[in-house]
Amino acid sequence: MARNGAFPRRRASEGADWLDLCQANVEEAHVLAVDDSLVDRKVIERLLKISSFKVTAVDSGLRALQFLGLDGKKSPIDFHSLKVDLIITDYCMPGMTGYELLKRIKGSSALREIPVVVMSSENVVARIDRCLEEGAEDFIVKPVKLSDVRRLKDYMVRGCQPNSGGKNHQKRKQLHGSATSSSSPLPSVSSSRSRSPLVDTPAAPCSPSSLESPTRRLRMTSCE
Amino acid sequence: MDVVQLKRQLIAFTELLFGEGFLDEQFNQLQQLQDENNPNFVAEVATLFFEDSERILNELANNLDKQSVDFKKVDAHVHQLKGSSSSIGAQRVQRVCIIFRNFCNERNVEGCLKCLQQLKHEYALVKSKLEALFSLEQQILAAGGSPSI
Repeated sequence: MARNGAFPRRRASEGADWLDLCQANVEEAHVLAVDDSLVDRKVIERLLKISSFKVTAVDSGLRALQFLGLDGKKSPIDFHSLKVDLIITDYCMPGMTGYELLKRIKGSSALREIPVVVMSSENVVARIDRCLEEGAEDFIVKPVKLSDVRRLKDYMVRGCQPNSGGKNHQKRKQLHGSATSSSSPLPSVSSSRSRSPLVDTPAAPCSPSSLESPTRRLRMTSCE
Repeated sequence: MDVVQLKRQLIAFTELLFGEGFLDEQFNQLQQLQDENNPNFVAEVATLFFEDSERILNELANNLDKQSVDFKKVDAHVHQLKGSSSSIGAQRVQRVCIIFRNFCNERNVEGCLKCLQQLKHEYALVKSKLEALFSLEQQILAAGGSPSI
């Protein structure tokens, strides 16, 4: 797919739009936050607002798709007025997982340019890779901190290309550095992501039924 | 008690809570999100946490009371509680959740029941500590001071 170097969510043809975006205040950026946990939704909403984002918080992937107009009920015209600049979603949610939501968004010609960031309480290489391959810009390990949210501006201000899936080697290297896999003996240096030694989860994305064998280490790894 | 004394109490109490592992760094993060425009933010999050936790603890008791325990369900509930306790910085609750999930994984009912008891205990503790903390803050406000350390 040809890249025009413009901000992710804009169409190539619109010169005037591009100018708007150059002048656009980051403060006006609108984030759609998706999390089934009430506590987490409250926290992420506050984190985003205090970082000068506009926020819409929803409790499921389905509601996120409805908001984005992907459920077939809204017309394309309605959708464009919603102007979502970034989507941040929890990985493990009942019903549609964050991963499935990510796939739906990246699979939609209308929405694929919107940067998507995934949050998860588990710092597992396989999960991170899966998300990056599917086009996520970043993977944040919960609990989410102010510094994590401040970084989100990078995905909007620099006009960086949306992750073209599988090509995000730099990001992957960076995230692997702090995540763990079964082959790594120790958790890595204190970054916000390294919390516990975790074994790779081979199982399906988000099923609590993927109960792991007793040989895994102390902390829980089976998906949430 | 005057504002200065109350503030000293607050600082000491807060240090104790962190020292004993009831709260961790994430609680600090939440406090940073509180300001004049959102003066009750932390207490509001705590209230949601209390409601959520109580609901989950009830569900856990129900699920573990069955002839044939659905460990998938139990694990899902514990996972939820692990998440919310982590988000508020309730470290001891979070740690019990981790152990609890291990027992779910091993399909160990007795282990799960023990963890449930421990969870109830830790939850009750952190709830009372947080309520005491918020009460101290309110006293400081009432005495004309500002609770922010």
